[in-house]
Amino acid sequence: MSTLNSKIPPGPLAEKWSYYKEHAKLVNPANKRKLEVIVVGTGLAGASAAATLAELGYQVKAFCFQDSPRRAHSIAAQGGINAAKNYKNDGDSVYRLFYDTIKGGDFRAREGNVYRLADVSRNIIDQCVAQGVPFARDYGGLLDNRSFGGAQVSRTFYARGQTGQQLLLGAYGALERQVGLGNVKMYSRHEMLELVKIDGKARGIIAKNLVTGELERHFGHAVLLCTGGYGNVFFLSTNAMGSNVTAAWKAHKQGAYFGNPCYTQIHPTCIPVTGDYQSKLTLMSESLRNDGRVWVPKTKEDAKAIREGKKKPEDIKEEDRDYYLERKYPSFGNLCPRDIASRAAKEACDDGRGIVPSGFGVFLDFGDAIKRLGVEVVKARYGELFPMYQNITNEDPLKTPMKIYPAVHYTMGGLWVDYELMTSIPGCYALGEANFSDHGANRLGASALMQGLADGYFVIPYTIGNYLSSEIFTKSIPTDHPAFAEAENAVKERTQKLLSIKGKRTVDDFHKALGKIMWEYCGMARTAEGLTKARKMIQDLRKEFWSDVNVPGTINEFNPELDKAGRVADFIELGELMVVDALNRNESCGGHFRVEYQDQGEAKRDDENYRYVAAWEFKGVDADPVLHKEDLVYENIQLQVRSYK
Amino acid sequence: MKFNLKVWRQKNAKDQGKLVDYTIDNINADMSFLEMVDVLNDELVRKGEDPIAFDHDCREGICGMCSMYISGRAHGPQHAATTCQLYMRSFKDGDTIYVEPWRAKAFPVIKDLVTDRSAFDRIIAAGGFVSVNTGQAQDANALPVEKADAEKAMDAAACIGCGACVAACPNGAAMLFVSAKISQLALFPQGQPERNTRAINMVNQMDEEGFGNCTNIGACEAECPKEIKLTNIARMNRDYLAASLISE
Ligand SMILES: Cc1cc2nc3c(=O)[nH]c(=O)nc-3n(C[C@H](O)[C@H](O)[C@H](O)COP(=O)(O)OP(=O)(O)OC[C@H]3O[C@@H](n4cnc5c(N)ncnc54)[C@H](O)[C@@H]3O)c2cc1C
Ligand code: SF4
Ligand code: FES
Repeated sequence: MSTLNSKIPPGPLAEKWSYYKEHAKLVNPANKRKLEVIVVGTGLAGASAAATLAELGYQVKAFCFQDSPRRAHSIAAQGGINAAKNYKNDGDSVYRLFYDTIKGGDFRAREGNVYRLADVSRNIIDQCVAQGVPFARDYGGLLDNRSFGGAQVSRTFYARGQTGQQLLLGAYGALERQVGLGNVKMYSRHEMLELVKIDGKARGIIAKNLVTGELERHFGHAVLLCTGGYGNVFFLSTNAMGSNVTAAWKAHKQGAYFGNPCYTQIHPTCIPVTGDYQSKLTLMSESLRNDGRVWVPKTKEDAKAIREGKKKPEDIKEEDRDYYLERKYPSFGNLCPRDIASRAAKEACDDGRGIVPSGFGVFLDFGDAIKRLGVEVVKARYGELFPMYQNITNEDPLKTPMKIYPAVHYTMGGLWVDYELMTSIPGCYALGEANFSDHGANRLGASALMQGLADGYFVIPYTIGNYLSSEIFTKSIPTDHPAFAEAENAVKERTQKLLSIKGKRTVDDFHKALGKIMWEYCGMARTAEGLTKARKMIQDLRKEFWSDVNVPGTINEFNPELDKAGRVADFIELGELMVVDALNRNESCGGHFRVEYQDQGEAKRDDENYRYVAAWEFKGVDADPVLHKEDLVYENIQLQVRSYK
Repeated sequence: MKFNLKVWRQKNAKDQGKLVDYTIDNINADMSFLEMVDVLNDELVRKGEDPIAFDHDCREGICGMCSMYISGRAHGPQHAATTCQLYMRSFKDGDTIYVEPWRAKAFPVIKDLVTDRSAFDRIIAAGGFVSVNTGQAQDANALPVEKADAEKAMDAAACIGCGACVAACPNGAAMLFVSAKISQLALFPQGQPERNTRAINMVNQMDEEGFGNCTNIGACEAECPKEIKLTNIARMNRDYLAASLISE
C-alpha cells in the first residue's frame, strides 16, 4: 500500500508557499519549448492554466467538449469571487479568509493548501482587472464588494450576476491570445475518453472528435485534468447538462485516487422542482441572501393553505412567519453557510411547513429590503437574477417572495492531489472543481472561482516545473506506441459495446434512476441503512444499464446520445463509490450529514476517528475500493465545533 | 398542449437537409423549449429513430451554446431570451413551429440544428483581449474606472457569443458580436494601448471569416438575447476608422 504524501512544504504556515517557490526546480526557456502539456477542460481552471503555461513557453494542447472554450460551465457562476484584499477596511486579511474557509469546510481541508489559496486570492483580482474584467465599482471608481455566506466581512468581488462569465471570458481571452500566437492548440468539441500511461507516468490521452466520431491520440509530458465537478451524478443539479465525471473517472481507473467522493454541496437557494420533464435546476445566487430573508409559516395549517393556493404569502402576518435561519443562527442569520441553510430548509419542509405544491420549497423574501432600499436599488443589485427567476416561474420576486429549495450544486470531492496538484499518477494533475483539495466538507460561496483561478494562474505554473524539470530529456513519444494503441482499443471496445446493446431503456431513463437513488439515499440526509441499500441498487442498475440501454446511431458521426451514454456509465460507477465513502464516514461534517451522528440537528464530527481525507483506490468495477487515509494535521488552528449561532 | 413541429434535419455538413414534420402532445406550458425537444427526442429514440441534434449546455441563458431559429426568429419569439430560456407558454396550443439552425455562410451546419461557430473564437484570437501575462498586473485599485464607463463596459461584456445577431442579419454580419468586445475593452484604461490594433485585427479577421457587411438594418440588436446595443457598432466604427487613418 502506497502512503499518501501531501508534500506540504516545511516552515511556518504563512511562509510555506514562498518556501516552495524558492526551492522548486525550474525549467529554462529553451527546454520549455520542447515540453508538451495537455490541458483537458477550459473552464476557469483549465483556461487560466493553459494560457499561463503557454505564456511561460510550454507547448500546450487544450481540450473541451463544448463548441468553444468560452462555454465551459464556469460561465454560469453568478455571485462572485472572494479575495482577501481588505478594500473595505473591515478587518479582512489572508489569515481570516484562510480561517473562514477551513471552518466553512468543517475542518476537513488541508491548512497548507487553504492558506496558499487565501494568499494568492489577491493576485487573482489584480490579474483579472488587468485583463479588463468589468467588476462592479463604486462611485469613486474603485472596486465594490459584497458579503457572502459564512463570512462576516465583505470580500466578494462581482460583476453583476455574471461573475463567472466575466472571469471566464477574461481567461478565455488570454487563452485565445495564446492560440493566436500559436502556443496553444485548441481542440473544441473533443472529449477525453482515456488517460494513457507509459511506465507509470501520464503521457497522453485518447480524445474523441465529437463531430466525426474519430478517436485521436495525443501525447503530453504531463496531463492536466480541469474537467469540473460531478454534481450531475444526481441527474438534477445546477450544473450544465454536459458536466460529467468521465475524464476524472478514467484517471481514477488508471490509478489516481479519488478523494472524499461523498462530499457534495446542496445549495440552499435554487428554484424548486416542478415536474418530471425537468432537465436541470436553476440556481438563484447565494448573494440574494444578503437582502432576502428566508421563511416558512410558523404553523402547518398556514403552510397547507399556501400550498393549496388558499392563502398568499402576503396574508401571513409578520408574527406568524418563522424566519428560521435568523432564529436558529442569530449571528450569521440568512448568511450562514450553505450546508446549514440547506438542512434547515429540509427540516422545515419535513416538518410539513413547505410552501410549494410538492411540499419542498421555502420563501426567500425581498419585501424588507425593498422597503429599506427601494425597488430600484434591489433591482440593480441583482442584475439578471430577478428577470431570470420571473422568466422561469412566471412570478415577479419584486412583488411576491421567491420560492426556493436546495439542489445539488457543487462537489467538494474529486481526484486526490498533493500540494503540487498532482494526482497519485505521476505527471497527471487535477485543477479546479475536479480535484478534492481546498473546501473540505463544505465549500463557502464565491470560493470555487477563487480556487479554479488560483490553481490555474498561480499554482500550477510553479508546481509543474518541479516535475517537468526532470522530463527535459524525454523526447515526445510517438503515438504509435503500444500504450496508445491499447488505450484506443479499450475505448473502441467500450463504445461498440454501448452501441450493440440496443435494449429498451434510454440513457436518460438510467440517468434519472441513478439520480433518484443518489438524492434519496446519498443527498441531504444519509443513514447506514439507506446507503447499504443504495449500493445494491446502484450495482443492479449498472448491470441493467449494460444489458438494456438503447443508444441510437453509430460511432462515426456526431452522436450526442452516445456521448451521454458513456458519461452515464461512468456516473453509475462513481455513484457507488460515493455511497461507499458516505457509509465509511461515520460522522457528520459539512455537506455530509449522517442522521445517526447529530446533535439536535447539527452535524456532529468525530475528529478522533475521521480527521482524514478518504482517498479511494480503484480495484475493479466489481471489487471493493481500497481506502487510503491522509491524516489532516492542524498546527495553526484549533478544531472546534463549527458554530454559526 | 399540442404542437406541429417542422424541424430541419440534415445528416452532416454535406447532406442537403430538409424540414421534417413531427407532432408532439402533452406538453406542459412550464416546459422550456429545449425540454420540449427532449421529450420529442425521447420518443424518437424509443422508436429507433435518430434524435434531433442540437447544441445546449447551461440551460440558463449564459453559455451561448443553444441556437435555434424558431419560426423565423433567432431564439424564437420571446424578447431578450435564449432558446433555453424560452418557455412553451410563449406559444399557443396547436401552433405550428418551424425549427431551423442558424443560417450564415460563416456558420456551416454540422448536423441538424448544430452549426460550427468557431469563426467567433478566431476573431477573439485576433485581438479580443488585453495582452497581459499572468503575474504582470498592478494592484487592482490602482486603476480607478468611472462607474458609468464600467457599467457600459459590463453591458457590452454581457455578450454570450451565441451568434443570434449573425443569424438574424440578412447579410450574415457579425458586427454586433465584434463591436461588443471592442467596446468593452475600449471603455477601460487597460484596453487603451492596443485599442487601434485590436479594432483593425478583429475586423480584418471578421471579414476573412466570410461574415457579411453591415447595412444598418438593426435586426441583430432586436434579436440579441443579451440586449447588446447598436451604439457598440458605432463605437467600433469610430475606432476602426481612427485606427485606419493612423496606420496609413
Ligand atoms: C449555477 C452555478 C453558479 C455558481 N456560482 C458560483 C459563484 O458565484 N462563485 C463561486 O466561487 N463558484 C460558483 N459556482 C461554482 C463554480 O462555478 C465552479 O465550481 C467552477 O466554475 C468550476 O470551474 P472548473 O474550471 O473547475 O470547471 P468547469 O468550468 O466545469 O469546466 C470544465 C471543463 O472541462 C471540460 N471537460 C469536462 N469533461 C471533459 C472531457 N471528458 N473531455 C474534454 N473536456 C472535458 C469542459 O468542456 C469544460 O471546458 C457556481 C456553480 C454553478 C453551477
Ligand atoms: S451580440 Fe447578442 S446575439 Fe450576438 S453573439 Fe453576442 S449575445 Fe449573441
Ligand atoms: S444552453 Fe446555455 S445559453 Fe442556452
